[in-house]
Amino acid sequence: MNAVRETYLTDAIGPLPFCPGCGHHRLIKALDKTLTKLQPDPKKVVIVTDIGCIGLADRYFVTHAFHGLHGRSITYACGLKLARPELTVIVLKGDGGCGIGGTHLLNVARRNIGITLIVANNFNYGMTGGQHSVTTPTDGLTATTPLGNIEAAMDLCGTAIAAGAPWAYRGTGFDRDLTDRIADAIRQPGFAMLDIWDMCTAYYLPRNQLGKKDLTGMMERLGLQAGVLIDRPRPEYGEQYRNLHEISEQVPRKRPEITPKYTNTVARQTGVVIAGSAGQKIRSAAGLFAQAGMFANLEATQKDDYPITVMTGHSITEIIISPESIDYTAIDSPDYFVVISEDGLEKSWGRIAKLANSATLYAEESLDLPATDAKVVRLPFVATAKKINRLSVGIVALAAMLHDTGMFSLDAFKDSITVLQKPAIADVNLQALKAGAAIL
Amino acid sequence: MGLEFLEGNEAIARGAMKANCNFFAGYPITPSSSILQYMLNMVPYSGGVAIQAEDEIASIGFCIGAAMAGSKVLTATSGPGISLYSENIGLAIMGETPMVIVNVQRQGPATGSATKGAEGDIQFTRWCTSGGLPVIVLSPATVGEAYELTYRAFNLSEQYRLPVFLLTNKEIGITRESVDLDTIALPSLVERARVVADEEYLPHYFDKLSEVPAISDFGGEHIARFTTSTHDKAAYLTTSPLVIQEMIDHYTAKIEEAADELALVKEDFQDGAEILIISYGITSRSTAVAVREARAKGVKISALTLQTLYPVSKTAMTSAMNGMKKVIVPEMNMGQYILEVERLVPAGVELVGVNKMDTTLISPDEILERGGLR
Ligand SMILES: Cc1ncc(C[n+]2csc(CCOP(=O)(O)OP(=O)(O)O)c2C)c(N)n1
Ligand code: SF4
Ligand SMILES: [Mg+2]
Repeated sequence: MNAVRETYLTDAIGPLPFCPGCGHHRLIKALDKTLTKLQPDPKKVVIVTDIGCIGLADRYFVTHAFHGLHGRSITYACGLKLARPELTVIVLKGDGGCGIGGTHLLNVARRNIGITLIVANNFNYGMTGGQHSVTTPTDGLTATTPLGNIEAAMDLCGTAIAAGAPWAYRGTGFDRDLTDRIADAIRQPGFAMLDIWDMCTAYYLPRNQLGKKDLTGMMERLGLQAGVLIDRPRPEYGEQYRNLHEISEQVPRKRPEITPKYTNTVARQTGVVIAGSAGQKIRSAAGLFAQAGMFANLEATQKDDYPITVMTGHSITEIIISPESIDYTAIDSPDYFVVISEDGLEKSWGRIAKLANSATLYAEESLDLPATDAKVVRLPFVATAKKINRLSVGIVALAAMLHDTGMFSLDAFKDSITVLQKPAIADVNLQALKAGAAIL
Repeated sequence: MGLEFLEGNEAIARGAMKANCNFFAGYPITPSSSILQYMLNMVPYSGGVAIQAEDEIASIGFCIGAAMAGSKVLTATSGPGISLYSENIGLAIMGETPMVIVNVQRQGPATGSATKGAEGDIQFTRWCTSGGLPVIVLSPATVGEAYELTYRAFNLSEQYRLPVFLLTNKEIGITRESVDLDTIALPSLVERARVVADEEYLPHYFDKLSEVPAISDFGGEHIARFTTSTHDKAAYLTTSPLVIQEMIDHYTAKIEEAADELALVKEDFQDGAEILIISYGITSRSTAVAVREARAKGVKISALTLQTLYPVSKTAMTSAMNGMKKVIVPEMNMGQYILEVERLVPAGVELVGVNKMDTTLISPDEILERGGLR
């Protein structure tokens, strides 16, 4: 079909920009050779880079080229691969990029997203003037470690393997079989990385008087091995993701519709506060009440307040119901205040004390209340609920309040429960509704 | 769908799905976390991907990669997450990447109050990345508008090839309201203009400065290039001051010249009014009540609600302020958008800010009182 490509590099923008002798040359040539061997469609290959001298390389390829922020190339590569799984996505990254973007290295290895990572590891930041990086060997001399590096060098492959990388190779730019190993990496369905050591001739080499052979010596000195360090394939993330959602039956359930069909006696915007404890299903009961209002042709809003540690302390919900659209959604002066538990009372103490004399307070009868101008109605919410289910206390209290106020018919509340809840739970709540309405 | 009892965050997710969003990446943070949850429950079932990333930097990075591969992407966070998005927002502007970013604001600075509302990120959103180039920022006032403006944000991001912000607030994000999304009129769906297969592709091609370049997806019919570095129309690095200025003028002109077209405002004007309240987001609903109460007492007063915060709707604001004696700007921050009003307000007009940042809503009473309306 298409003619065989003799190179995947273009000279459209001139020769590679690196310093004479820079190891990045060797690496880019090796990648070019690999691609030439594999002959992929350039439109199906993306070279992704970050900032750094190595990051200058992407646009010299005839493939797609994506040049992103310092240390973040892995994230763009993952986005590209997840969106278009058919693409071969190759990241070229410096040792500097591996430092600032360390978490992305850990996480791509852990998730096993099928991209290839090639680290051009020259033990320093070439682009910014030879400062030390996470891979600068101990004692290494750099612009920022003029007395010798006292930090330990990071084992990039070891780190990625510990995080779950299924395929990793460490070598140098001089390795005879480098193109074969890069090809192996590209062929992996999952995440594969190559940590390729080489020279920054402008900074690291002159300061540390490194020769070609010294790279392998350095590995030995650091106790690091060369070669393929792991080859343990496991399912690729994107493939798993697609399979999982294909077979999953938990396709989100459509929310049942609310049909306004009851009348109401609510003449103006009315604020209801219900204060209880975590674990009393306050939010759910209040939501059902608000939606009951919607069955009765009212507009509604709901706001919940509870501690970040959701299973302790208070749970207070504010409901507004109104015959007109609701603009201001705070309740500065509640019309009805329902308090069910100590936690709710404690948190609302000041607010209850300040209730207007036009307000009504519906309180669990066992609570000691603050003095208030509101009309107070004390009722056995907890005892009533106990006979049905402790968790139905919110419904009991709201049913009692609704029955007393006559804002709208209990049938609307009944509809809200039956339409919106699963049958088993609805059953309990319908009993609670009946019992609550019967208290008064 | 019909009548439902929805929180703003769910409306945002539904608006995104309505706009054919097929990629979401995000990181949990109150009060935006439920958007991640809703998207996880919807996107994969229509063939897309929704993923919780390792942090906000990865979230937006995934999104930018996916967007350039042709996906319609959404990410959502709160103020602290926008701080981490910052550098990549600049990247998205540079690469002319269509994407929608939701900020469900909470009380700041820093961690602030996770579950409390505020609107302290107005100027932060406008200037959220280095370079100072324009972005589009929309601000809904209701759950219904959260749906509508999310959908519109997708359209605008596709049309103008840039990140569009939906700047909302805990007070809309996690407040449930009765709403019927079916009754909300939406414009038709806009998709990014794509270069046809046999044409040459320059990733940032334009004739007129304000022209939005047609795109070709990574993995598509052309060789695509994208770069964070200063570049020319071909997305090749350049150091030519002439070319650099031309590209900056392009990024600026495509938004600034469209300001009138982008202006989504709601006018409640009264004949003979000499007082105007300019507000946006949740506070505009307190304005509505304050205006009704003031009018009931015989005060002649107008209100302008801004759904587009940036680019500044200069024409709409200038004409609304024409003939006014007083302009009131209530905000749940210490005075941010008022700076934009100040630039446009005619000489001699009294400008009053009503500001509060104690995590509670500005009430209609506070607007009336501190605005000197009683
Ligand atoms: C956020 C950010 N911080 C700092 C920089 C400056 N910077 C540019 S390249 C670089 C280091 C690159 O080193 P490496 O990744 O090892 O690439 P090399 O130049 O050695 O090939 C740094 C710190 C930047 N571009 N962005
Ligand atoms: S500074 Fe170092 S890494 Fe950069 S091109 Fe020169 S030799 Fe290579
Ligand atoms: Mg380096």
